[in-house]
Amino acid sequence: MARELTYRDALREALREEMYRDERVFLMGEDIGAYGGSYAVTRGFLQEFGPERVRDTPIAELGIVGLGVGAAIGGLRPVVELMTINFALLAMDQIVNHLAKIYYMFNGQFTAPVVVRTVEGFGQLAATHSQFFENYFAYVPGLRVVAPAVPKDAKGLLKGAIRGNDPVIFIEHSLIYRNRGEVPDGEDFVLPLEGAEVRREGRDVTIVSWLRGYYLALGAAEELAREGIECEVIDLRVLRPLDIETIVRSVQKTNRLVIVEEGWKSFGVGAEIAASVQERAIDYLDAPILRVASVEVPMPYARNLERLVVPNKDKVIEAVRAALYQRALVPVAR
Amino acid sequence: MTSTVDGQLPGVALTKSELLEMYRLMVLIRRFEEVAAEQYALGKIAGFLHLYIGEEAVAVGAIRAMDPEDHLVTHYRDHGYALALGLEPRRCMAELFGKATGLVGGRGGSMHFADASKHFWGGYAIVAGLLPIAAGLGLASKYLNQRRVAVAVFGDGATNNGAFHEALNFAALWKLPVLFLCENNQYGMGTAVSHASAVREMYRKACAYDIPAEQVDGQDVLAVYEVTKRALEHCRNGNGPYFIEALTYRYRGHSMADPETYRSKEEVEEWRRRDPIVLFRQKLLAHNVATEEELATLDRAVEEAVAEAVRFADESPEPDPATLTQYVYADPITVH
Ligand SMILES: Cc1ncc(C[n+]2csc(CCOP(=O)(O)OP(=O)(O)O)c2C)c(N)n1
Ligand SMILES: [Mg+2]
Repeated sequence: MARELTYRDALREALREEMYRDERVFLMGEDIGAYGGSYAVTRGFLQEFGPERVRDTPIAELGIVGLGVGAAIGGLRPVVELMTINFALLAMDQIVNHLAKIYYMFNGQFTAPVVVRTVEGFGQLAATHSQFFENYFAYVPGLRVVAPAVPKDAKGLLKGAIRGNDPVIFIEHSLIYRNRGEVPDGEDFVLPLEGAEVRREGRDVTIVSWLRGYYLALGAAEELAREGIECEVIDLRVLRPLDIETIVRSVQKTNRLVIVEEGWKSFGVGAEIAASVQERAIDYLDAPILRVASVEVPMPYARNLERLVVPNKDKVIEAVRAALYQRALVPVAR
Repeated sequence: MTSTVDGQLPGVALTKSELLEMYRLMVLIRRFEEVAAEQYALGKIAGFLHLYIGEEAVAVGAIRAMDPEDHLVTHYRDHGYALALGLEPRRCMAELFGKATGLVGGRGGSMHFADASKHFWGGYAIVAGLLPIAAGLGLASKYLNQRRVAVAVFGDGATNNGAFHEALNFAALWKLPVLFLCENNQYGMGTAVSHASAVREMYRKACAYDIPAEQVDGQDVLAVYEVTKRALEHCRNGNGPYFIEALTYRYRGHSMADPETYRSKEEVEEWRRRDPIVLFRQKLLAHNVATEEELATLDRAVEEAVAEAVRFADESPEPDPATLTQYVYADPITVH
């Protein structure tokens, strides 16, 4: 059995269930308690679980993650929240130099199973509050980077993250919290933290994306289907470890690949996917791998300018046409 | 000076065997470090090697005061703490040699000693990075209703870093059982405290967070022991964190690459006159806790242990290349 839930409620369910299942699980972050969470994911949790387990913190991102690391070593299961991914930059030292290193550097003697929940997105928030940094984390061995697009994955992967023994950067997206989708019943619905999913089958072009980009890909695929172009849409779900095999298998069928990412194109996740795919499947490619990404500027505030920066469905459609040589092959969004 | 009971020091609640063990550990650290420097010169040890010579009383006094269940995290100048905890010199030396038999299998080297069985959760090489981790260990202890204190060891230089201030605020705000043990050895690399810190006394920084704090003579192992004992009781009894500043000095360069252009020979000599081992030795003799002969026996045993540690490290195998990618992730990965 399954029910329809919003992405936000799927996350809330995962957190609640895990907090009831395991007393060692606790939440810590800025304004997650009395305020209810900047994106209302933890609304009501303070009342339900009390201040020991739902801890409002000072505005000290480095400390939040660092306390999480120590608490995890000390035997707890911290789920720490960084209000948005932009502020994760202040915690980078704890995430990269500490969290990601502890298991390996100390020769497997102990782990630091911290889940760092954070969110990216945009919405006229200007340059410092509208960034996409999944590649910063996906670069680092030792971290798992999860980026669910649909409610089912939001729930299953968050539960998997909390139950697992590795550090996890769990990235949500501010513009999809209200999206709805089927979520299997039962507290034992837990997903492993790996593996992409082919969510729409097609023979002509493969489109790979994650988070909001997945919805753009799906929208483009539906529109193109009306004129007989069948896109295969892959939702990555997890960026590290990266499931290249699933993409390669699809490309072997479609021979064309479009990557949709909201971050800047240069040095991004798309670059990594393109490089890995050509290493394994260059003979299968009938067109260059194309990337739809953000224009490389700091995000402007004005509505019209912001819209120019980020990927949208039309840009994805254009890229698919370019991959099919239905239009000139010019780089998309540079 | 006379003592009332032979084998004890007036006003010190430590037995003769405990006192002699503290002496032995200080000498062990000293000799271990001297020999490590020699082995470095011979090319057996590479990378960064931060010696603890001159500061031995801090580690030995503090560790003696701790409970076996207490947590410990330190900075990268960590050999002294590992040895004071009773970790085998041979496994410490093997780690410096980058051998499979080292404390962390040759993965960490000098800066990243650790031993989970002793709740020594590691030496950390990013200045001040260990401080929020220590606060987190304190949080775990409190959350789980344990009586364990998390001890954080760091230098004067670390107190100027944001991580330090975030950690102190968290620890005080949430009344966490954390002992902040600052080794003020007067320099952060080549930068004197007076050039780096607006406040010259490190312990005064704790008052910004209402954390009780005091200074101690870091060359006096018993003074360090006493203040640490008191501080740990404070933390253990639910009173929140405590801050100790131990005034000390490193005789050697910051690491093996240090040109030592920033301080004078006279200054080093001045500090050497209050050598922690000499001071303690004199005290033990003056109070008839031990005879010259007994101490000499301990010295010889240390000499032998350190020589054996080098032999062991030398003869140990390098890490197996097949283990290179082990321990990146704890849970399996099947996608490629
Ligand atoms: C964040 C960071 N910045 C710079 C360094 C380089 N560095 C290593 S040790 C050190 C000095 C630290 O001094 P202090 O905290 O007083 O400790 P001490 O070495 O004197 O024991 C510096 C600058 C570092 N490891 N980490
Ligand atoms: Mg110093």
